[in-house]
Amino acid sequence: MTDNGHNVKFWPGNIVVAEAAIAAGCNFFGGYPITPSSEIAHHMSALLPRHGGHFIQMEDEIGAMGSVIGASLAGAKALTATSGPGMSLKLENLGFGYMVEAPCVVVNVMRGGPSTGLPTHPAQADLMQARWGTHGDHPTIAIAPSFHQEIYMETIRAFNLAEQFRMPVILLLDEVLGHLSEGVIPPEPGSFEIINRKMDTGDPKTFLPYNVEKEDVPPFRPYFDGATWHTTGLNHDATGFPTTNPEYIKSDMERHIRKVLGNRDKIDKVEYYMADDAEIGVISFGSTARAAMAAVKKAREAGVKVGMLRPVTVWPFPKDQVYEFGRDKKYLVVPEFNMGQMVYEVERAVHFDRPIKRVNKVGGVPIYPNEILAAIEEVA
Amino acid sequence: MAFDYMPYIRQEKMPHMWCPGCGIGTVMKSMIRSFSELEWAPEDIAVVSGIGCTSRLPGYLNVNTLHTTHGRAISFATGIKMHRQDKHVVVISGDGDGSAIGGNHLIHAARRNIDITVIINNNNIYGMTGGQYSPTTPLGAKAATAPYGNLEPSFDLVKLLTGAGASFVARGQVGNGKQVAQLLKKAFEHKGFSFVEIVSNCHTQFGRRNKMADPMNMVNWINDRAVSERKWEKMSDDDRAKHFPVGVLHEDTERPEYCDTYEKLIAKLAEQQSA
Ligand code: SF4
Repeated sequence: MTDNGHNVKFWPGNIVVAEAAIAAGCNFFGGYPITPSSEIAHHMSALLPRHGGHFIQMEDEIGAMGSVIGASLAGAKALTATSGPGMSLKLENLGFGYMVEAPCVVVNVMRGGPSTGLPTHPAQADLMQARWGTHGDHPTIAIAPSFHQEIYMETIRAFNLAEQFRMPVILLLDEVLGHLSEGVIPPEPGSFEIINRKMDTGDPKTFLPYNVEKEDVPPFRPYFDGATWHTTGLNHDATGFPTTNPEYIKSDMERHIRKVLGNRDKIDKVEYYMADDAEIGVISFGSTARAAMAAVKKAREAGVKVGMLRPVTVWPFPKDQVYEFGRDKKYLVVPEFNMGQMVYEVERAVHFDRPIKRVNKVGGVPIYPNEILAAIEEVA
Repeated sequence: MAFDYMPYIRQEKMPHMWCPGCGIGTVMKSMIRSFSELEWAPEDIAVVSGIGCTSRLPGYLNVNTLHTTHGRAISFATGIKMHRQDKHVVVISGDGDGSAIGGNHLIHAARRNIDITVIINNNNIYGMTGGQYSPTTPLGAKAATAPYGNLEPSFDLVKLLTGAGASFVARGQVGNGKQVAQLLKKAFEHKGFSFVEIVSNCHTQFGRRNKMADPMNMVNWINDRAVSERKWEKMSDDDRAKHFPVGVLHEDTERPEYCDTYEKLIAKLAEQQSA
């Protein structure tokens, strides 16, 4: 199908992720079957060998995450995809990825939970898990697109951010987005930015794997590139070897946090919809934002001054943008497909100073536009 | 011949953290000897480990080294090997790390026949965490979590790995370091998944609880039970119960290696695309 000479594809969101990953230069996928994310693995298993890359179906989710970090340290641009229970299993190795600063992208196609929950039904209940799932302090970058064209571009951006900041980046979809088919126009290769990790160009014999003297993101050198370097999940210093020095660990933790929070201009992304002159503000992300936009449009048509903010980068949470958007609103409405998670961040962002109407739903049936519309009308 | 270990050792990391007399030292020395005999350049080797006393070994080796999470070393090594098939990837692990929490990765890497070498330093106990029983603690032996004697039968790692499809399976023991080095060299040279169990001593955690607190007592206990495969074949069941065979115990050079198979697929698809 072509549209004005464009090559329009009609793809489910999971296929969009796989296609975009290849476009971003992904050359390794380690995965494990789990609904509703499996189509990403299916598609990667077909695409990667055609592009000279490697796909492996590991024996479990934990191993899939391990293989991805191993490949990344050997220089690969690596991807894994999973869903709720699988994400829970991946969390220890995800934390290892933060600790050793291994760039990679982890997709969580969210389903109902906890536990096995609703394997074939959507939810948005892993938002806080994305932020705080693995143990210990660490910054998080997580992205939650709402439309298929956006899934394509945000998958590429997820790889770019992972490479730029040397860390795992989480891409949050849900069953609705993963399985819904929608038109996508894949951009021409070369028409979008591809960022690759900054390489160390010094003498391999004196290579320091975590040399952060000059910058917060240590330049990378893959294994087998002339150096012999070490890394570990233990707290480590510039040499990659363990340290228990409290001052060093503190400064290194601050660096990890700074490399994300100090670069918010490169990471943050929010979208606004009908936000000018709005007196009521809707804040929603991912697939639920689609329903929220429909509700906002209907309410506007009925004369209600309502507008919307949609976080695309959900972690770090866009607190300043939400504050600016929310501070003068008569009421905020926060629809999310869970029992209330993002709403805590919204409350904090507006300093607990705005009335908030929650719209929550669980049980596998998405939030409908009229449910959000009813909430808007109630506070209008 | 005088032997130069130095290119493979991170001297600045010494002294090591192991107890005096620990069997891991023999394993490390044997690994280095084999690397050197094979003339593998340090920068072309990756040694990956999990968590535990044995898993601290990579830190002392001057190669590419990765100290991962508990039990997961083989999965990291799989990613490294698939991305860089031209390089040497070795996993070093303890019995708890490798065959309990990491057991799933162990059998599946063997089944795939991916060209990595997995060495398990089997000292029959969790050393670092304080002497709890592992999957290879003998039935009846004492451990921190088996104060009345271990109630669980143990794994025979050689049988486990042979059954899982490893194309090279060997066993050595720390009472015969020379043989350990020979076995490791053969394992490193083998194309496909190679597994070497090294029966080893943790006198601190296992020996102390089982009347072998002195390292040599435990090494002798191991050494006295080791027999060649030839001898083993002729032994009665009663005798076998008191011994274990050492040497190369299984070898299959016909099984296709996983990365090779994958590369053939890439080549085939490229051919189809250009046709
Ligand atoms: S506790 Fe056991 S395995 Fe650990 S270093 Fe001491 S003797 Fe070796």
